[in-house]
Amino acid sequence: MTEQKSNKKTEEQNKNIKIVKDATCTFCGCVCDDMELHVDLDEKRIIKAKNACVLGRAWFAEHTIEDAPAALIDGKEVSVEEAVEEAAQTLVKAKFPITYGLSDTTSEAQKQAVAITDYIKGNIDTTTSVCHGPSGLAFQGVGESTSTLGEVKNRADLVIYWGGNPAESHPRHFGRYAVTPKGMFTPNGKKDRTIVLVDVRKTKSAGVADILIRPKPGKDFEVLWALRALVKGISISTDIEKETGVPLEVLTDLVERMKNCRFGVLFFGMGLTMTRGRHFNSGALLALATDLNEYTHFVAKPVRGHGNVTGADNVVSWQTGYPFGVNFSRGYPRFNPGEFTTVDTLSNGDADAAMIIASDPGSNFPKKAIEHLKNIPVVVLDTKSTDTTKLAHVAFKTATYGINTGGTVYRMDDVSIPLRPAFESPFPDDETILKAIKKRVHELILKKNDSRGASGEAKVAAAVNPL
Amino acid sequence: MSATMRIVNGQVYDPKNNINGEIKEICIQDGKIVDAVDDDATIIDAKGMVIMPGGVDIHCHIAGPKVNLARKLTPEARRHDVHPSTPFTRSGSGGTTPSTFAAGYRYATLGYTTAMEAAVSPIGARHVLEEFEDTPIIDKGFYVLLGNNIFLHNLIREKRFEEFEQAVAWWVNATKAYTVKLVNPGGDEAWKGKKNSNVTDIDEKTGPSSDISPRQIIEAFVKTVNKQGYPHPPHIHCNNLGHSGNYITTLETMKTAGDLRAHIAHIQFHSYGGVVGKNPISKAAEIADYVNKHPNITCDVGQVMFGESTIMTADAPLAYVLKGHTKGKWVNADTECESGCGILPFVYQEHLYMHTLQWAIGLELFLLSEDPWRIILSTDHPNGGSFMAYPKLIKLLMDEKFRHEEMKRVNQKALLKCSLPELKREYTLYEIAIITRAGPAKALGLETKGHLGVGADADITIYDLMDDKEMMFSTARYVFKSGEPMIANHEFTTDSKGKVYHIAPTYDNKIEEVLKPFFEDFYSIEFSNYPVDDHYLHQHEIIKTR
Repeated sequence: MTEQKSNKKTEEQNKNIKIVKDATCTFCGCVCDDMELHVDLDEKRIIKAKNACVLGRAWFAEHTIEDAPAALIDGKEVSVEEAVEEAAQTLVKAKFPITYGLSDTTSEAQKQAVAITDYIKGNIDTTTSVCHGPSGLAFQGVGESTSTLGEVKNRADLVIYWGGNPAESHPRHFGRYAVTPKGMFTPNGKKDRTIVLVDVRKTKSAGVADILIRPKPGKDFEVLWALRALVKGISISTDIEKETGVPLEVLTDLVERMKNCRFGVLFFGMGLTMTRGRHFNSGALLALATDLNEYTHFVAKPVRGHGNVTGADNVVSWQTGYPFGVNFSRGYPRFNPGEFTTVDTLSNGDADAAMIIASDPGSNFPKKAIEHLKNIPVVVLDTKSTDTTKLAHVAFKTATYGINTGGTVYRMDDVSIPLRPAFESPFPDDETILKAIKKRVHELILKKNDSRGASGEAKVAAAVNPL
Repeated sequence: MSATMRIVNGQVYDPKNNINGEIKEICIQDGKIVDAVDDDATIIDAKGMVIMPGGVDIHCHIAGPKVNLARKLTPEARRHDVHPSTPFTRSGSGGTTPSTFAAGYRYATLGYTTAMEAAVSPIGARHVLEEFEDTPIIDKGFYVLLGNNIFLHNLIREKRFEEFEQAVAWWVNATKAYTVKLVNPGGDEAWKGKKNSNVTDIDEKTGPSSDISPRQIIEAFVKTVNKQGYPHPPHIHCNNLGHSGNYITTLETMKTAGDLRAHIAHIQFHSYGGVVGKNPISKAAEIADYVNKHPNITCDVGQVMFGESTIMTADAPLAYVLKGHTKGKWVNADTECESGCGILPFVYQEHLYMHTLQWAIGLELFLLSEDPWRIILSTDHPNGGSFMAYPKLIKLLMDEKFRHEEMKRVNQKALLKCSLPELKREYTLYEIAIITRAGPAKALGLETKGHLGVGADADITIYDLMDDKEMMFSTARYVFKSGEPMIANHEFTTDSKGKVYHIAPTYDNKIEEVLKPFFEDFYSIEFSNYPVDDHYLHQHEIIKTR
């Protein structure tokens, strides 16, 4: 090991090395922007990612330049232009085209994807529908008292994690934002905070917890509802332990801590949103945080997964008014999760073409959905070869955001952060490809409209793609 | 494509150039108003029509983190208000917080071509500019929230005013803002750090160690912004918004500015007499009187319009008070070191004393104003109501009979506590052109907006002249943006992006050495990733500071 290290050092000295400071890691929703990347420009790879966690280091190390064609149609190499033409034709021809993915690309690319879907009167959905979608629905029901992560660092003296294992999924969440950092009103870091972990399992995250609460699986809602009752001064029977596995004293103690802290925060993960109860669970938690504001300052925040899934929510929301599961078939956006979410459009056999961007439903969707995906023409944009690219009609290999391309991502707390690319990729980025598809799609759509008397040729030419 | 055009036979209302309804030719070339154009220019016959400069909204909330939270919060508000696409324009959804595309097109439909987003936390600036790129047709700018900025408070507390000035200029540059916005200055620390309390007096000491008052903060910003000569003065949302008796705070805020320029936002919400906790009475006369006598003050009204609205404010404690009334869903969103935010759906109801009084006070302020150039039309969209209610508001101002019809439907007790029933004044088209165009453009220091003189931007609206002014102002027949016809005969003919206005006051780079350690300690993003770089601006124009 030591030998290897010293070898590396001399290697580094001899090579054409570029250092990128304050680069942003887009692996998870923490979006840490304090990376120092050491880039080997000759070999086009990142040899060191200072400040990165174990997941970040792997993310930076693995994204090298592969020797592969930039575009394929039915597995045969073609030019990017040909693939763009085929993608546009495929999407325009379809009656129910769907767009899906978007959580691992820049918001600039996400904008283009929504535009294309609007033009083709298709259906757009993001990976939110299979992760924190229920939290989005709960948000619509009860709202949310929330804050940026810096505010947690500066002020929170009570931090509760519910249904998540950040030690393994978001390794720097503890150190950078919520558990150990020293902030304005938390000058002693962890000493100034009480950390509570609520989870059915004793995970690696339990190590940081001052209090560990383990409800029975599937009983999160009951525990949350009991806490809401106790906060409001309604008495709860000791039977609650039998029902949920959590003794009443533990709940009472937690309620006292919550009411008496200075600034409390509830972080929650997919252990809450994707188990029995789903948006009821998220809603109960958000309502609990809201209720506590009668006594003190209390906030809540879903711990989001992918690097820019929060950006996807934001872009789809500002362009359509709804966060995910949006359908344009009537010429305006409609929102209906359960109908317009991708697992459903595929499983129900509605979709007759798909464009998948930076996501791999081919490997992680229900079998029925994947079966349908295999039977329709699919356009895929991805940095790597995946199960989804393998079943694609048109596949683009694209540059990796944050490593090869700039742009913007949104951290889990809606804070937008710019990307600083480390080295160039021979492959075009998502935004470039999508812009080209959009331009062609708009041309084809306008021509189609033209026969129905929308406008003359000159007008069409002038109007193509002003945005 | 740059159109050369001559608009003939229309009645022109161009207050800045003293043109009051005369039939006058307007010539357009290269996006600007010119003296004359060649004979082969396209001619538009505006017989029976009214020509005005494009509308300018000085205070609205149309883009950025809080607006997007509000969109996510209220799917029910827009499912019946769809905005279909056309071959040339994108689709969207409406309600009181429309999607970006719908917002741009709907402003254009009303004849508005410029709108200023009135409250953006610095860390949210990049997000706002991203949304601006998707907000079509209209030109835009935003005001950056600095009134609860902890770093700046520290400098004020330590009387380091030289560095304060540099830091303010740094922040304006870093965010690409148009001016500085203060919202409930000093109130955030009480809200976030002291268990959801608030400041209640302009001289109350606040902050973590209770040693800085809202008045000190206001004074520091007014002095700095005037000294640095921003085209638009500090845009101030006073303390105590919505509370009975708050007109004293409003008067004191204006007095704090002395004879320096200041803009008081949505002043209707700050013109209440009475005692805290009890129903308010109107103090519109006192407020209007002060504004009338002090030419350094401009304000926008923040008219309340009955029906659905969305409360959306950096004044988080206020939103929490309102949540106590609605008992419904509510969003609070704290921004580290610099701001707070509260959002909730809200309905203004005619039968309620409070809501009627708010509606009446807004109208009183308009009708008691002696200088329409300085009391500007706004609903504080979407707080008092949507900008889509502007046509109805214009009718209320222009048509006394209509006003009295409407008064029959509201809470009669509230009408006894204000002077609205006695006010006979009717606004003229000339005055409407002032409060919706020339006035806000002047207050913003946008010299090429709000008028139709030679050299002005060819942002032009043509309305059919109608007796029903609500109908007339609801749908412009033609809208030109930078000389291009966007709407012709009520139909969109093309699309465009509009540009971003911002300022770039000079500052000494040394201030970064003072700022950086604070960022490293208390922010959660890196100092170098905080400023917004130019590529987020797309089309933009820097307005010069003095």
